[in-house]
Amino acid sequence: MRSRVLLWQVVPFGVMALLLSGLALGPQQVGHSSAAPGLFYLVVVLVALLMINRSHAIETSRGTRASVATLGLDPAGVFLGKALALAIELWLSAIVLLAGSVVVLHTALHGTLMAVPSVLVTLGAIAAAGTLYGALTTGGNAAATLLPVLSLPAFAPLLIAGERSYSAALHGGALLEWWVISVVALAVYLGMGILLYGVLEES
Amino acid sequence: MANGFPLLSGVDLELAPSSLTVLVGANGAGKTSLLQLLAGLIGLTSGEGTVLGFNLATDDRRLLRRHVGWLGHEGSFYDDLTVRENLTFAAKALDRPLDDLSSVLARVDLEGRRDTIAKSLSAGQRRRLGLAWLLLRRPQLWLLDEPYASLDDEGRTFFDALLGEVIDRGATVVVSSHDPLRSAQLAPITLTMVGGRVVTP
Repeated sequence: MRSRVLLWQVVPFGVMALLLSGLALGPQQVGHSSAAPGLFYLVVVLVALLMINRSHAIETSRGTRASVATLGLDPAGVFLGKALALAIELWLSAIVLLAGSVVVLHTALHGTLMAVPSVLVTLGAIAAAGTLYGALTTGGNAAATLLPVLSLPAFAPLLIAGERSYSAALHGGALLEWWVISVVALAVYLGMGILLYGVLEES
Repeated sequence: MANGFPLLSGVDLELAPSSLTVLVGANGAGKTSLLQLLAGLIGLTSGEGTVLGFNLATDDRRLLRRHVGWLGHEGSFYDDLTVRENLTFAAKALDRPLDDLSSVLARVDLEGRRDTIAKSLSAGQRRRLGLAWLLLRRPQLWLLDEPYASLDDEGRTFFDALLGEVIDRGATVVVSSHDPLRSAQLAPITLTMVGGRVVTP
């Protein structure tokens, strides 16, 4: 239910950022396609940071936090629910942004479709890591600044793997190897979240 | 503890079941901290306490929280969701039947607002939505942090009437207030807090 609100707030920003990226590359179409995977993930990470901040900010009021805490929900379930909600939001945003890449950055439609499975897994891993780091920084005095500072090192390997596999889908190359990195990262962050989310919430 | 200073110190109290207790005191007296302790939201650093049979020092506080309802003056729900969505979330989270939703909305006079976004509600309606959330959950212990803040006389009278019903049904209610006159009108038990201590039983 909350995803509905968040998407309307964040997706227009993502589309605007992608459009500006296309304009920054200039009127010639040469090189747009090769820059597209990197620009796509750059926009995705900005969108993800906004979404993570927003999804935790709605529970930062003391009354709401206390009220939700008194529901006594299982923290592992809360983590999985939040991560899944964030992943769905990112997946829906990615559909719009991938379509935007085809239109604005002139990526090949077939290659873009080939990249979809790796995009789904990479964004799932970003959602799991982001949910964990969001819980770590939420409630702090500088949560909006701390979140990117702390989470970007965790996102970096995912972004590289995602960009490489998207490039491989567009231009040929080792797609599966990079995809495996995202799958492993997804499993690791899900495991960490299930184990640690309750501790982070309590602290 | 906050910045090395104890939030509460020298608190010695016993709450009777199906009773109404009002914590009175100035801002920073420790009223909210005591409510948070009773809710299992913060832990004991020393001393001992039992709430609804749960030991605050040794038991998992998450288990206690399922039996506690919290209402804060700043809103205790999701502002971006509608009235109905907020209550549906609360009911589903605790496997409560959604059949109760209509009767609860009718009791708090929010039937006509069921599809209104929570942040669009007036202060009185927001408080009633918080009450509806608790009515749906039916907790044994109700902890209300400054519930009368920014309510008009009509809202306060409505609030008092509903609390009376809840207590009659067996719930224990603890209310914090910095308005002793208000609390004197409704509370059989009034406790005054100063500097993290309960000074007058």
